[in-house]
Amino acid sequence: MKIIINGQEIEASPGETVLNAALRSGIYIPHLCYHPRTGPAAKCRACVVEVEGTPGLPTSCNLPVREGMVVSTDTEKVKNAQRVVVDLALSSGRHDCLSCEQNGNCELQDAAYYLGIERPSFHFEQERYPIDDSSEFVYVERDKCISCGRCVVGCNQNVVNEVLNFANRGFETKIVFDNDLKMGTSTCVQCGECVQLCPVGAIIDKNARGVARNWELDKVETVCPYCGVGCQLVLHVDRRKNKIIRITGVEDSPTNSGMLCVKGRYAFDFVGSSERLTTPLIKENGKFREADWEEAIALIADKFRLIRDEFGSDALAGLASAKVTNEENYVFQKFMRREVGTNNVDHCARL
Amino acid sequence: MKFYRMTVLIGIDDQSLKAGAREIEALLNQELNRSQLTDEVNVLEAGSLGFFGTGVTLMVYPGQVTYVNVKLEDIPEIVEEHFLKGRQVSRLTMKPSLTRGYDFNYRRRIVLDNSGLINPEDIEEYIGTGGYEAWEKALLEMKPGEIVEEVKQSGLRGRGGAGFPTGLKWSFTAPLEADQKYFVINADEGEPGTFKDRLIMEGDPHKLLEGLMISCYAVGATKAYIYIRGEYSLCIERLRQAIEQAHEYGLLGKNIFDSGFNLDIEIKVGAGAYVCGEETALIESMEGKRGQPRSKPPFPGVKGAWQKPTVVNNVETIANIPAILRNGAEWFQGFGTDKCTGTKVYTILGDVMMPGLCEVDMGTTLRTIIEQYGGGVKNNRKFKAALVGGAAGVFLPNSLLDVKMDYNNLREYSAVLGSGAILVMNEDADMVDMLWSVIRFFRHESCGKCTPCAKGNELLFEIINEVRQGRGREEDLQEMVRISEAMQQTSFCALGQSLLMPIKSAVDNFRQDFLKRMK
Repeated sequence: MKIIINGQEIEASPGETVLNAALRSGIYIPHLCYHPRTGPAAKCRACVVEVEGTPGLPTSCNLPVREGMVVSTDTEKVKNAQRVVVDLALSSGRHDCLSCEQNGNCELQDAAYYLGIERPSFHFEQERYPIDDSSEFVYVERDKCISCGRCVVGCNQNVVNEVLNFANRGFETKIVFDNDLKMGTSTCVQCGECVQLCPVGAIIDKNARGVARNWELDKVETVCPYCGVGCQLVLHVDRRKNKIIRITGVEDSPTNSGMLCVKGRYAFDFVGSSERLTTPLIKENGKFREADWEEAIALIADKFRLIRDEFGSDALAGLASAKVTNEENYVFQKFMRREVGTNNVDHCARL
Repeated sequence: MKFYRMTVLIGIDDQSLKAGAREIEALLNQELNRSQLTDEVNVLEAGSLGFFGTGVTLMVYPGQVTYVNVKLEDIPEIVEEHFLKGRQVSRLTMKPSLTRGYDFNYRRRIVLDNSGLINPEDIEEYIGTGGYEAWEKALLEMKPGEIVEEVKQSGLRGRGGAGFPTGLKWSFTAPLEADQKYFVINADEGEPGTFKDRLIMEGDPHKLLEGLMISCYAVGATKAYIYIRGEYSLCIERLRQAIEQAHEYGLLGKNIFDSGFNLDIEIKVGAGAYVCGEETALIESMEGKRGQPRSKPPFPGVKGAWQKPTVVNNVETIANIPAILRNGAEWFQGFGTDKCTGTKVYTILGDVMMPGLCEVDMGTTLRTIIEQYGGGVKNNRKFKAALVGGAAGVFLPNSLLDVKMDYNNLREYSAVLGSGAILVMNEDADMVDMLWSVIRFFRHESCGKCTPCAKGNELLFEIINEVRQGRGREEDLQEMVRISEAMQQTSFCALGQSLLMPIKSAVDNFRQDFLKRMK
């Protein structure tokens, strides 16, 4: 199916939205509430476009493509409307880009940049919300919230923890945890889904605040070392300090679709711990000494062989870790059955 | 049947109850008993008699003598002087100059033809006026498709404000195959100054039920809800009673009239949010969720309440249905204008002699409504403006007094009929204050779902506050229009799209009022 956006012919598939077709073809349309994992909400209203033959300005995030439809995203009418919407979001909050953690990574900033909004132009009188830093890992600054609802959908429909929701109406609408508890005292398990989905700096990683600018960090993809689910992670690493600053989930990973648990996302301080073992240790005369892997593995193989030869294969048993992957568990049981020769294989089956 | 020398109607509605109507009724019966007049004078409860701000109102036949603001201590005098001796108590009657000019327009009433005449709490009285004949006819003699066609033919358009053709709306849902379809009556009447639906439900609840039954059968819905605002306690009470009576008479329930058709009607009480008058927000609220509008499509007619096909119609719309079925589409076309058939119920309030309501043909001019049915502008002041259509309406100036009011014609003057509320302002009214209160209303009622409405209304409110307090600049007026224009283009639902009309009409037509505040 073909559609035309800004005079450019674009191949689109049935069921696709105009916003997705545009983004895929490198045409930017400002959008704040749409995220592939929370779906179109059509509530930020920044993604309005003009469609030939359709009255008004429909939102492109929930507008399905139709064969031959002619869409304009950059007419003055569209841009003026988008400008008011984005300006309203920008002016009504406390979006201090200079010190904001999301600077350079902020979708509101992107929209303002695209529309040429230099500074908020509307003046709002308003009271400030207190900052909620009661949680161990998450920092909530409601003055930066644009009520896009992505965190609410993420909490309720993706991870189904059902902690976050909206309270109040109109201008007083705000996100709340349970019945407006502080995040730290709510039933939140701090999986950080809301942090990952927040398009602005309203919900951020508490321990990464003020540590590094987003563009200074290298993004390294890896697999979570905790349980066997095998969630894919992005480590945001400060190379100069050789330190992990924050962890996010890989958005399009088939295992976790961007979601993580509190351990995978936040429990990474062991990586740089001074108490962490970096070489194998061999105990001699009641005392550990450092060894290299060659030596350590050779020693274990010798001992295994000794036990097997003297007491038979079934004197040995293997206990695998739940932290390793299915593939590794497979290899491990194969090793125990074929090389060691025993069926004594078990699994700790817990974290 | 018993014949009486005199009949006294006592209007029982929300306001008269607050003024002590029940106590007065009790005392009246007691006094009549004492004077041994109970065989001669009949006291009947009716819905609202059509006057407002008049406390407890009695209407005495013959002669249509209207007593207003009746207090307990007046009752012995009325009984003694009027009912016994035949002399009206003139200090309590409505001014003859008003009543003489006042036209109840009963000849041209469709939805309010029984209101103020019959006892709304007695199904027999409704049946006595031909009630439920249309239901029987629909169910036993007509196919659902024929009903939809008849309503289409009649030209009936939704009376909630948007004026969408009712038959057309039904025709989207009627042919759909579904294990369950719903019909919902939108009785969340939240438009400021509008109380037409309340009076229909208070005055003639069975008419709404009959219309609803026919509508359900026409679209194939077997479960209906009446979503009613919580403040309407008397409506809720009377509707509950009416539903119960309809069940007792076999008009509702399983296998009605042995036709095999089942229908159940349930009342859902709203919690006072203006936005829940928007049909998708109403459905969300009915499902127990936050009252916020849904994306369309899918439209409710295809996927509505609990994802089932759902038709949502306004009270006044559905109250027209029994008469259309009974008398035919052609008869209905005899009312109103070519493109907008039927009648419209208006509520008239503000600076008029007789605030109240009237039901008149579509296409009646604003002047006629204000002068003939509202008694004209109060205290010999000059007319300045009328806010037509509720808060989401338009400030119409003097020059548009003779515009024929219907959905199409008003649009040509960038105005809307809306809910039919007419707020009249005399020359002393200040448009800055008026606009301020309209914007304050929208600011308060924005649901907060979308950016332009949640933030824009707040911003407009802050600007009009500045103007009102004398700190505004002329550019602010243009800015308000620009912002509300963008809100009209980008807001999720009609709530955020509405402010442009009152703002633009106030600023364009009454600019002087604003400039005066900027000295």
